[in-house]
Amino acid sequence: MRLAPTADEELFARTVRAVLERRCAPREVRAGFARGRWAELAEIGVTGLLVPEEHGGLGLGAGALVAVAEEAGRACAPEPVVEAAVAATLLARVDADGRAREWLRALAVGAAVPAVRLAGPGTAPVAHAAHANFVLVADGDTLYGRSAAEAYIHPAPGVDPGRGLAYVDMSMSPDGLLAVRQEQAVTRAARLGAIGAAADLLGAARAMLDLTVRHARQRHQFGRPIGSYQAVKHQLADVLSAVEFAHPVVLRAAYSHEHGRPSAGRDAAMAKVFASDAADLAARSCLQVHGAIGYTQECDLVLWLRRVWALSAAWGDAAHHRAAIAADLLGPAPAPPCP
Amino acid sequence: MLAQVTDLIFSVTEEAFRREIRDWLARHVPSEPLPSMDTPDGFEAHRRWERHLYDARWAVVSWPAEYGGRGASLVEWLIFEEEYWRSGAPGRVSQNGIFLFAPAVFAYGTEEQKRRVLPPMAAGEEIWVQGWSEPEAGSDLAALRSRAVRDGRRGGWRLTGQKTWSSRGTYGHRMFGLFRTDARAERHHGLTYLMVDLAADGVTVRPIRQLGGEPGFAEVFLDDVFVPDADVLGEPGEGWRVAMSTTGDERGLSLRGPGRFLAAADRLVELYRRVSAGEEAGTDTPNAFRDAVVDAWMRAESYRLYTFRTVTRLGDGQRVGAQSSLNKVFWSELDLNLHATAQRLLGPWAETGGPWLDGYLFSLAGPIYAGTNEIQRNVIAERLLGLPKEPKGSNGEKGEKGEGR
Repeated sequence: MRLAPTADEELFARTVRAVLERRCAPREVRAGFARGRWAELAEIGVTGLLVPEEHGGLGLGAGALVAVAEEAGRACAPEPVVEAAVAATLLARVDADGRAREWLRALAVGAAVPAVRLAGPGTAPVAHAAHANFVLVADGDTLYGRSAAEAYIHPAPGVDPGRGLAYVDMSMSPDGLLAVRQEQAVTRAARLGAIGAAADLLGAARAMLDLTVRHARQRHQFGRPIGSYQAVKHQLADVLSAVEFAHPVVLRAAYSHEHGRPSAGRDAAMAKVFASDAADLAARSCLQVHGAIGYTQECDLVLWLRRVWALSAAWGDAAHHRAAIAADLLGPAPAPPCP
Repeated sequence: MLAQVTDLIFSVTEEAFRREIRDWLARHVPSEPLPSMDTPDGFEAHRRWERHLYDARWAVVSWPAEYGGRGASLVEWLIFEEEYWRSGAPGRVSQNGIFLFAPAVFAYGTEEQKRRVLPPMAAGEEIWVQGWSEPEAGSDLAALRSRAVRDGRRGGWRLTGQKTWSSRGTYGHRMFGLFRTDARAERHHGLTYLMVDLAADGVTVRPIRQLGGEPGFAEVFLDDVFVPDADVLGEPGEGWRVAMSTTGDERGLSLRGPGRFLAAADRLVELYRRVSAGEEAGTDTPNAFRDAVVDAWMRAESYRLYTFRTVTRLGDGQRVGAQSSLNKVFWSELDLNLHATAQRLLGPWAETGGPWLDGYLFSLAGPIYAGTNEIQRNVIAERLLGLPKEPKGSNGEKGEKGEGR
């Protein structure tokens, strides 16, 4: 019995953190997606994290994605780290006259910038499509992929400018077709996306908490730091609790996914519920503790607030995943728990 | 370096341990629930059950064999708890002794004290009672006033004062607690950890009826009660350190493992199914509580996962410390949530009573005992987040409490 990130995952996370601390300061986050940063993330293996080794990637799994996505969320990195992993797992399963292989190689070296939509209304904008050069879309169990140049992409407004939302019209023509009857692969990829987004949200929540604790220690009112008041302490204690209890849930989801446990779907859903709820609570409480300064564009908190407002609902919001869990748990044959 | 991978599989030995306790419980758990342990008959019935557990070496699985345990690992102890509560076995009348007092005895007791105190505690022969709170010392435990004066002639201490909210005090035999042995010292200095025989001269116990109606705790009045030196745990004057050593490390883990909440969560899901199917009387709108049932079940599962995370940390040689406060807030609110949801599912039938109502009333105490959740949130904010303490004078220094029922 061992529930913890592996030493390799922790080492990898530290490497990613070092790069992002150098290349992804709040000023740079405000500037949005950066090709140079994507290339640097590619150099340490982030973009090809789940690309099979024979295509130039690291061939790692969900556990590694959790470690990396947490760092992306902590730094508020605008790059499509989770999407790259999701695209890799899907492309690794299809052939499509060598096109999939080319994209996998391009992902691994950071030449491909992916945007992915696996579910949801076809009319909704796609995250990262505004800065992607490659779009992957699942329509039911059918997979389409095109270079951005071949698709009609129109930027859409979004609460988080860093996400690069855009409307995508793939004109589902046969030349964009990658594979049919991929229901299982799409389901698994959506799970991976939910797990990655959950880890990202926890990283974002931790970053907001750190920022807010610093503020609460420095800001004085009535002659003492506001962080010495219980009304402030208890809010932040609840945020820490939500993040700490969500983390093992996310680790478990990655494990169940990698090991194909019967409960993998429910475990991934639970990870997203816990992470979305924890990040929403963090966003709400950290804004409150910051007070008026938190309600401005000049305070860095806004970067993570926007990320959480968007990501908490992406890859299935908490209500969507709760309903899925209820269907399993309260249905005729709930999956046996893991462990 | 040895690559340690995430591994959510119980070992062959652990699975065998699970089968053994599951089989034993299936054969021995009473078919009818015992009367409340806070009634005279129920207290005795629960003691007999503890004796039964002890004879089969299931009472204190994690203790060394020489004191009646099996030297079980932390994971095996968690497995024991899961199986124990799943089987519907009786509550543990000896829990204050075996979970809250015994760790201090193991850490600070002399060999003679361990041999004298631990086996009868594990066998349910001596039920231990808490002696922490006083009328003027609740959350602020270091404000306690009950004092012990040196009796050099007889070789011991004479106690005078009053303890309150002493769980199991109504029928229990012996009390552990903190007493002020240095009248000049203040706050957490000059305190001594003592064991008190409740049958001794000068002890008066006044039972206190709880919300549910039974006297689950009591006031204990001490009027010049003699305690021999042999019943001092640790050094005189070091009582605070002795008491705190056992509240910090494994607070949540030892007092409330995930097993009991998992069992309650599974019963809640079963209740939902039965009410929805019209097989059990309850609300006519069970669908309205679908999310609440799912949330309560998920929180129980997450407490289990958090515990496995903690066990991994301990196995890696890390200490748990103030994280136990996160545990305590979480399990107490989880327990409340589970039972409140069940009560809502029962709808108009909830007020007619039964195990869910009993459990609900019990769970309402969770955020209060073992250190109130307000104190725990202060600990979390100050020790884990590094937020500043309140300036002195507004509430002085706080001492976290470890107390359970």
